[in-house]
Amino acid sequence: MSEPQAFDTILGKIIGLVSQFNPKGIEIVPTTTFSDDLSLDSLTVMDLVAAIEDEFDIVIPLNLLPDLETVEQVAKAVETILKER
Amino acid sequence: MPALLDKFDAIIETRSSLPDMPQDPFHIVMDKVLSQTEAVIGGRHTILAGTNNYMGMTFEPEAIDAARKALDQGGTGTTGSRVLNGTYSIHKALEAKLAEFYGMKHAMVFSTGYLANLGMLSTIADKDDYILLDADCHASIFDGCALGQAQIVRFRHNDAADLRKRLRRLPEDAGKLVVVEGVYSMLGDEAPLRPMIDAAHEFGAEILVDEAHSMGVCGSTGRGVAQAQMVEADVDYIVGTFSKSVGTVGGFVVSNQPKFEVLRLVCRPYMFTASLPPSVVASATVAVDIIEKAQEKRAHLWNIAQKLHSGLAALGFELVTDRAESPIVAVKLPSLEAAVGFWSALLEAGVYGNVAGPPATPQGLNIMRLSLSAAHTEAQIDQILMSFSEVGTALGIIQTPSETPLATAMSAQARSPQPVDAVAASR
Repeated sequence: MSEPQAFDTILGKIIGLVSQFNPKGIEIVPTTTFSDDLSLDSLTVMDLVAAIEDEFDIVIPLNLLPDLETVEQVAKAVETILKER
Repeated sequence: MPALLDKFDAIIETRSSLPDMPQDPFHIVMDKVLSQTEAVIGGRHTILAGTNNYMGMTFEPEAIDAARKALDQGGTGTTGSRVLNGTYSIHKALEAKLAEFYGMKHAMVFSTGYLANLGMLSTIADKDDYILLDADCHASIFDGCALGQAQIVRFRHNDAADLRKRLRRLPEDAGKLVVVEGVYSMLGDEAPLRPMIDAAHEFGAEILVDEAHSMGVCGSTGRGVAQAQMVEADVDYIVGTFSKSVGTVGGFVVSNQPKFEVLRLVCRPYMFTASLPPSVVASATVAVDIIEKAQEKRAHLWNIAQKLHSGLAALGFELVTDRAESPIVAVKLPSLEAAVGFWSALLEAGVYGNVAGPPATPQGLNIMRLSLSAAHTEAQIDQILMSFSEVGTALGIIQTPSETPLATAMSAQARSPQPVDAVAASR
């Protein structure tokens, strides 16, 4: 198994991915929220999840989504999933 | 303190931002339904081309007779759940008919198709199990998952490679269910079941196919896409509905799973709602029998679907599928406003269809969706094409018709008092 990725590396990659789902072109920071700041609809959120899953080769069950409101929370969830693997 | 309904302000705003139109897609009232394919809407005689009444069974005389008889004998309703006082001998007869029709050992009837999906998905997978959903699955499938405890993973639409990739990431010993539809309701595209089943089997997953929009239509006896693609033996659960090809309301699941019957004791959307009234059960039983033998109707339906698809393409509309993969034919429009405007103008022209946009549609598409019935005549298809041509031209969606035979005939009719032959002769 490869070295666990540092949180900042994970966060950086996620900010990069979220930037591709940023129709309003706002600055993506750790506290950016998906619904209020980015106004992503439920289908776009699921496309973003698929992109994150593929980047880290993990599964993020859709059931986790209601608790993930900010970019930083997603990065933490990904970190946890990577550690548990 | 804000009112609880304030959370819907954005939706209210989107709704009111649509331009004022004579017709409102969310408040359509059928003043009088005249037949499987005609109704009076807003005082206007209208062709129905968006009712999912694929086999035209809503006015089938034998089904109506059976419903009448059951109504007289069994009353207007059962007033009880399937597990209490709501199972009559006709409910068992309908389940036996469905099992026979599908050649499966077990059948279970629910009060709607929505409840059948809600019941299956919330019950058969538990919190340590995984449900893998095609991204374009119907809302009832997503809602069933939300009601249950399973881990939900979504894969790219009709993409077996993507499904495989996601299955590979799951714990080997976890229970897994792959969920696909035979025909997807919005765009009318068909699933490639063989590769999806192969992917599921490679990782020990069971597979459920929702044939809501393909029952009656696909396969030699109308069992659906799994029959048409000859993969039924490899499908664990088939879900279907009576509210489309069967022409009434209700839902069902058929399966060869040996322990299937236990679902009657654990499936809440089966247990905690009233069972179907006798008249509905009786008409569904007769309708399934008729559908099984309705080869000519099926052939006609496919013919007119192809005719509509190629006719719209010839008029210059952009369609969502390259050919008619089902009786659902959908046209792409540039925006939600354009789609709603198109829908409204089409209704004014005497054709009822469906307008849809995201998130109900995939890929951010805004569409004008039509669904045909075996009860539609060739003349009605011509009328629908004519209306599309008029509305499309008036709204600037298509160029002024010129080359197509239909358009030539139409413009000759509209512009010239001379017979078409005379116009040709004068050149």
